[in-house]
Amino acid sequence: MNVAVCVKQIPDPAEVGSLNPETKTLNRDSKPILDESDSYGVEMALQLVEAAGGGKVTLVSMAPNQETAGLRTALAMGADDAILVSDDALAGSDALSTAKVLAAAIARAEPDLVLAATESSDGYTGTVPEQIAAVMGLPSVTFAKSIEVGDGTVAVKRQTESGFDSVNCPTPCLVSVTAGVVEPRYPSFKGIMAAKSKPVDEVTLADLSIDPATVGTAGGGQEIIEIEQAEAREAGEKVVDEGDAHERIIAFLEELKVL
Amino acid sequence: MGISSIWVYGEVVEGELSTLTTEMLAKARDLSDSVDVVLGSATTDAINQSAGAHGAGTVHATGDLGSGLQGVHVAAAIAAAIDAGVGPDALLAGTTYDGRDVAARLSVALDAPVISNVVDLEVDGDALVGTEPVFGGTTNVKTKFTGGKAQIALVRPKSFAAEETGGGPAAAADLATADVGAAGAAEVIDRFVEESDGPKLDEAGFVVAGGRGLGDAEKFSMVEEMAGLVGGAAGASRAIVDAGWVPYSSQVGQTGKVVKPDVYLALGISGATQHLVGMKGSKHIIAINKDEEAPIFGVADLGIVGDVHSVMPKLIEALKARG
Repeated sequence: MNVAVCVKQIPDPAEVGSLNPETKTLNRDSKPILDESDSYGVEMALQLVEAAGGGKVTLVSMAPNQETAGLRTALAMGADDAILVSDDALAGSDALSTAKVLAAAIARAEPDLVLAATESSDGYTGTVPEQIAAVMGLPSVTFAKSIEVGDGTVAVKRQTESGFDSVNCPTPCLVSVTAGVVEPRYPSFKGIMAAKSKPVDEVTLADLSIDPATVGTAGGGQEIIEIEQAEAREAGEKVVDEGDAHERIIAFLEELKVL
Repeated sequence: MGISSIWVYGEVVEGELSTLTTEMLAKARDLSDSVDVVLGSATTDAINQSAGAHGAGTVHATGDLGSGLQGVHVAAAIAAAIDAGVGPDALLAGTTYDGRDVAARLSVALDAPVISNVVDLEVDGDALVGTEPVFGGTTNVKTKFTGGKAQIALVRPKSFAAEETGGGPAAAADLATADVGAAGAAEVIDRFVEESDGPKLDEAGFVVAGGRGLGDAEKFSMVEEMAGLVGGAAGASRAIVDAGWVPYSSQVGQTGKVVKPDVYLALGISGATQHLVGMKGSKHIIAINKDEEAPIFGVADLGIVGDVHSVMPKLIEALKARG
């Protein structure tokens, strides 16, 4: 079974983010890392291919530059190869443009199953996986807690507001996986060394027959008109526990008449 | 000028329109004179009454979708209505599991963008402008629709106050479903409701949330016990959801639930920007953390620099003693 996994290389969330006031896009000066949310999809793909007894895991990603640092992390975990769509025209792409580009790249891998995280840690729109499925005309199951592969189908437990739904879906299809459902493996030293020589197929929009005017800032259908500082919340009292902090909390709750 | 018609994607919880649906209806009324609800199921008298009481004119219902998922079928039905000239200018859907699916599928069907994570909406000319918090809520970005067959916005819960208008029941109208082909092949085989005591996380007046500082998964029982004692709900930081200690549905933050309780008690949560955006609208915040430099103290009304493992057992015991 062949699985394509969507992964995103994002600025390190530990660093404070900023927007470029001119282009109104995210400043991406520092070296990007693999979005931690995506490590669950990669791990899930590796486990499913292992359980199926064969096949391969292909990463699919896009970036306005040729960055591959984040992809190498996922290749080191065990993914077989990667398709990276790199094109200057991609800068400023919204979720729909991103989905169109990724869908065209995924189609090249002809996967049985497409996996993605539910949302990226930086943009967090949470719509891209379902948009990819729609562009490709595939059925989809979003917000999966677990996936079992059957003969030409997947059985998915899908998160709901009140519990979960058991959903069966024929392949090829797309499934987005919630964080924490599998434990992503750490790349081994051997894996890190092997990742350096694994194939990363760099493609442009032209290779995918996508008109640059339909993606990026040009193709957005939306425009950022204002960026403003949000109202900050004031810090209150800070006390060091001397063994009686619980009394201080109770007094605070009594003041609020919660107790 | 203005927005001539808005549909709100209605979600139903235990036979009633969800709180988020009624919140969106309140805002939609500010933005347009014509506000309707669209439903991926059959409607009922109770739903029509509630929709009307919150200002909706009509409930457009697809009828029972059987084993079909909401996203693909509801989006196709709305897209068909828009193509036939009887649909809305704008669709508001909640940032929920099904809401995101509906918005995403509709966006592709209409080749129209989605503005996501909206916490405020206004009208500029004949376009909607959505406000979206970024960088942990320290910065707000306002985005305006500039084209497309419809304007689609995903609204975060608790952004608006639900408000009844005193209107009579909304009219019920059938919304024709459309053929979705292979894209509709997923089938819901069974639905499981996970029983939980006490209020829902995003509706509770008191939220007790735990993070990495709890030390291990078993210690989350302390969070649940405290929540039980104060009639609240238990939540979690992303770190311990990622670690698999608690399910995704418990996550508070940017990529989880937004909560605005009267009291938020953060146990062993450092306060990454990812977390703060989901809880800093709480009325009162209490935080316990060993690290006095933890960012959570920057938003806490009462910050306790201490070990949750020594403070919490005493707090729980004292609360139990009060009965």
